[in-house]
Amino acid sequence: MSFTFAEKTHLVMTKRLNPYWLLVAPAGLLVLALYAAPIINVLFLSVTDPKPGLGNYAKIFEGDSVAILIWRTIRLCLITTASSVLLGYVVAYAMVHALAHVRQRMMSILLISFWISVLVRSFAWLMLLGHNGLINNFLIGVGIIQEPLALARNELGVLIGMTEYMLPYAILPLLANMQGIDPLVARASRSLGASHAQTFVRVFLPLTKPGIIAASLLVFISSLGFYVTPAILGGGKVQMIAEYISVQLLVTVRWGTAAMLATLMIGCVLALMYLLNRFMKLSVVFGGGTR
Amino acid sequence: MKRSLGGRLTNLAAWVILSILILPSLVAFPVSVTSKTYLSLPWEGVSLQHFQHLLTSPEWMSSFGQSLLIALVSSALATFLGTLAAIGLWRLSGRFVETIRAFLLLPLMVPPIISAMAFYRWWVPLGLIDSYLGVIIAHSILAIPMVVITVSAALANFDLKLEQASRSLGASLPTTVRRVILPVIRPGILAGAVFAFILSWDEIVVTLFISKFDVFTLPRRLWNGMRENTDPTVAAAAVVLICTTLVFLIGYAILSPKRGEEVG
Repeated sequence: MSFTFAEKTHLVMTKRLNPYWLLVAPAGLLVLALYAAPIINVLFLSVTDPKPGLGNYAKIFEGDSVAILIWRTIRLCLITTASSVLLGYVVAYAMVHALAHVRQRMMSILLISFWISVLVRSFAWLMLLGHNGLINNFLIGVGIIQEPLALARNELGVLIGMTEYMLPYAILPLLANMQGIDPLVARASRSLGASHAQTFVRVFLPLTKPGIIAASLLVFISSLGFYVTPAILGGGKVQMIAEYISVQLLVTVRWGTAAMLATLMIGCVLALMYLLNRFMKLSVVFGGGTR
Repeated sequence: MKRSLGGRLTNLAAWVILSILILPSLVAFPVSVTSKTYLSLPWEGVSLQHFQHLLTSPEWMSSFGQSLLIALVSSALATFLGTLAAIGLWRLSGRFVETIRAFLLLPLMVPPIISAMAFYRWWVPLGLIDSYLGVIIAHSILAIPMVVITVSAALANFDLKLEQASRSLGASLPTTVRRVILPVIRPGILAGAVFAFILSWDEIVVTLFISKFDVFTLPRRLWNGMRENTDPTVAAAAVVLICTTLVFLIGYAILSPKRGEEVG
């Protein structure tokens, strides 16, 4: 498998291989051997473990539990997508219309929150929303409520945590899209007699459709795999696919079922990613979207 | 600039939403200095006892050291491999190149739980479970996309003629990379290194699967603490986690030349 340096050089000379391939090779081979191969291995397990066949996939239709799990995951991801794209739209809109230094400040906030650990953020929300959390204690202390509100350890808590986490993922593609819109278009609409509201609904909103689609796809794709937030804010009651997979692996040791769910998830993610790439170059999305 | 009422309301709403992105995470700060022994705001006195407990606890300190070591080594490895790959991809052309670029970004696109499964299953026969090497390799692979993205962004602004001049004047490829390309794209490499560090420093899902007893990173211990709940030492540890991330982000902001709002 491995070549000595001389052999490699020889190979390069004879095949006229561009020497820059040698720079890509180490990372490429590492990802191939220790990442892509194990992933493919997992996909295979879905049709080979415990016995060859489509038995694992049949589980979706036998009994309700797996179907309910898949439906719950999709439903929570859709709500998260809708709420974070809606809120993100407001932020992105304000950002493109803000003065440069204000926009810079907003961008810093976005990047800082983007990089704060999901663990810390979920924990912070638990401290705020929990049964004895700061919000409940405050509301009881002030006398607005007598009984603590159920804000965490249920779907509401999970949705709050997921939406907050996903906001930057919604804002960045929207921002990239909105920054590409010529401000003169809106001004032309205004000077032709349209009101602010009309200009927004008839001119600006249609122009941001690619951004809305890209942001929705990106948020939905990223939410599908949520593990930490539902585990902490759902308190074991709001299980999504990722947490279910971990139970299958670590507690009941059923690789087949877990691999089947992983295969469905990865298929869904890659298909949507392909779609996303048609609306907006992935490099724009992942690069922070300001070029 | 004259603003409509709608515009001003939008602006206000945007700031409220942005503050929700930051403020809740900061709640760990006041809670970590409470004088009580349960999670609460420090209304009845400020105390550093939980930080003291954190700093004198062998378990927490060991986790802190482990996380630091793993993050430093894996970000160095990811930065080295990712930078070389980005330079290579930049100078190559052909149908395969974009496919390979997408391939290298795979660890970023695949949900972490699936990466965790894949590593877990593969690491057992390789004997890498619960070893520093296993965690470091996994974190490096997860961080390579970050470096490829930031370095590629830096290379997009690089004048190809410089590279051609260097090569045509007789410089070898290693010399060209070291003396001509690297100095120009240093900001991109720095950004990649910082992001790779933070990624490893915060990583929990994969680590949860491929470590057991010997390797017990800071996020891992936080995760356990959070599930058992109620001890403000966890809040103090969360403060340490956030602050380390912030130190690296701020360091990066100071060191990198101001070229507008760049990579994310």
